[in-house]
Amino acid sequence: MTTEAGASADVVGPDQPKPLEEEELPTGLAGVWARTWLNIRTGNLGPLPIIIGEIAVVIIFGFTATNFFTAVNFTNLINEMAGTAMLAFGVVFVLLLGEIDLSIGYLAGIGALIVAELQLPGSGHQLNGILAMLIAVAAVALIGGVQGSIVAFVGVPSFVVTLAGFLIWQGVILNKLEQRGTIIIQDRWINYTDSYAFSHLAGYLIAAILTLLYPLTVLYKRIAARGTHIAQQNWWGVAARTIGIALAAFGTVAIANHGKVIATSLGLPLSAVILVFFFILLTFIAKSTTFGRHVYAVGGNAEAARRAGINVPRIRVLVFVISGATAAIGGIIFASQVNSVALTFPPGNLLLNAIASAVIGGVSLFGGRGEVRGALLGAVLIGTLQNGLNTLNVSNGWIYIITGLVLLGAVTLDTFGRRLQQRAGR
Amino acid sequence: MSDAPLLQLRSLSKSFGSVQALNEVDFEVRPGEVMALVGDNGAGKSTLIKCVAGTHAPDSGQILFEGKEVHIHGPKDAAQLGIEVVYQDLALCDNLDVVQNMFLGRETNRFQILNEAAMEFQTQETLKSLAVTTIKSVRQPVATLSGGQRQSVAVAKAVQWNSKLVILDEPTAALGVAQTEQVLALVRRLGEQGLGVVLISHNLHDIFETADRITVLRLGRDVGIFERRATTQQAVVEAITAGLPTKVAGIPSTAGPETAA
Repeated sequence: MTTEAGASADVVGPDQPKPLEEEELPTGLAGVWARTWLNIRTGNLGPLPIIIGEIAVVIIFGFTATNFFTAVNFTNLINEMAGTAMLAFGVVFVLLLGEIDLSIGYLAGIGALIVAELQLPGSGHQLNGILAMLIAVAAVALIGGVQGSIVAFVGVPSFVVTLAGFLIWQGVILNKLEQRGTIIIQDRWINYTDSYAFSHLAGYLIAAILTLLYPLTVLYKRIAARGTHIAQQNWWGVAARTIGIALAAFGTVAIANHGKVIATSLGLPLSAVILVFFFILLTFIAKSTTFGRHVYAVGGNAEAARRAGINVPRIRVLVFVISGATAAIGGIIFASQVNSVALTFPPGNLLLNAIASAVIGGVSLFGGRGEVRGALLGAVLIGTLQNGLNTLNVSNGWIYIITGLVLLGAVTLDTFGRRLQQRAGR
Repeated sequence: MSDAPLLQLRSLSKSFGSVQALNEVDFEVRPGEVMALVGDNGAGKSTLIKCVAGTHAPDSGQILFEGKEVHIHGPKDAAQLGIEVVYQDLALCDNLDVVQNMFLGRETNRFQILNEAAMEFQTQETLKSLAVTTIKSVRQPVATLSGGQRQSVAVAKAVQWNSKLVILDEPTAALGVAQTEQVLALVRRLGEQGLGVVLISHNLHDIFETADRITVLRLGRDVGIFERRATTQQAVVEAITAGLPTKVAGIPSTAGPETAA
């Protein structure tokens, strides 16, 4: 045996190793179909069922509800679901860790309350609306951080900490608003977050930028991987996805531009742009940063993550900070919808809708599995469902029952898919 | 094979309360050598590797690495020296793919943004250099791998950081025959590439297939170092069950009151 003391492991041994097996699937358009079919057969459905579900819901309501299929209702729908989707983004991160945050509904309320208080004219502390929003988001993120610290450093289960938060922040809102009733928001910047509509041209420009973003990232990855023989996405798949994004983006803008309330023409709502911005930002954080990778690692196997030198408590705290921040942003969007913060805040079943959105979108409650896009798709489905049922004048009771059944159905389908996947050894 | 030891433990002792887990143990590994560490349950194998890995601090004795005395206060210190431990439960994240596991906690990044291409390339190179050919795609989740493949990933993960000493805790437990062969071949290759390897195992058959030397621990003491070529399984079994301490005088050779846990 020859010895090279201290030789590193990446020195190739004398015997020439066999190269790693290449992907056996065909290339070109056939490859896209082969891959898709393989995924379906083995139960790896991805977002397919939820997209099909969404299409079905749209078709059903399109035929049954008279004023569902209108441009005005479409922009309404975007505004309604934007807040829920923002909260659901935060839920994804918390669930990825295998934790839960029950306080986000009332944290959204606290965010809205802070904004409303800071913009109050004649209060002596009136601030510019943008500054007020930044302070509110930072403050609620800090609250999230405190709750997360109790989970991470003291070791109290997140369910308990955030249940306490649920009660505490509900109490704070009650104390603040019991006598005042409602705080009206007059600052135009704050109200813009939900009601501002872009001009028709600006809308199409935004759609064009969005459409270009995806192929450009793919191109960048190819350049980064030059000369490394790393498997790349199929060009046909990239083209198909780009067309899909273009259809969605331009379609959204076209419908929104078409809307008219009395004489004023509508346009792409700012809330949609805010939503897409945070969707891209949080997807990037989850998928392409060291932090995001560590979130998945801690959720998958916290002990392995700790042994790998990852600062697990730090990851936990930061995730609750994100959860707080997204809750505050969602809360501000909701408040600007009604230009006020009232005792009835947060609206409806905000907390449960947000968690249901993430879970319908395929995010596991046990940690380590799920994507930000799942929360968006889930929120779109729940939003469409509830909006459609509302336009049909269905009672609130039935809306809850149907939402519950959809949640149960989506998770059941996901569970079956997972079992199929395991059987197929994938 | 050079005779200067890579890792040398001198009179290492460690006790937990009244339990003497290690009692003046001497141990050494040379570069390019597979040193097996055997002993019955409670012989002190785990305590010994935890002292080297920095999980436990020894009560007394010296740890010498590459001839210099070192103090290892945690897994990070150990990694800095080039010591990597592959634990029995592997410490892999099932939900992450092979590349993500290989770089867990040490991701290649610029401004916190991951460089996936570099990591995937490096993973392929490392697996090639270890002749691990059974893994189809480095982008498949670890959950989908077989036990042997998982063990290979865990070992590859340990050696890709220019490590000099790799400690493997029961790498073939719970593996089938073919997969055991795979992993043992990988262990031999590590030695051939010049790394020091400590192989902890209950399976004497595995040890006689891979190890160059065998250190036997019994009740917290080292009771013998055997050259594999010059010994038999029977001699090793005898040492495991009834071995006498080689150097300590004045202490009864059979079990004292300080039966290690």
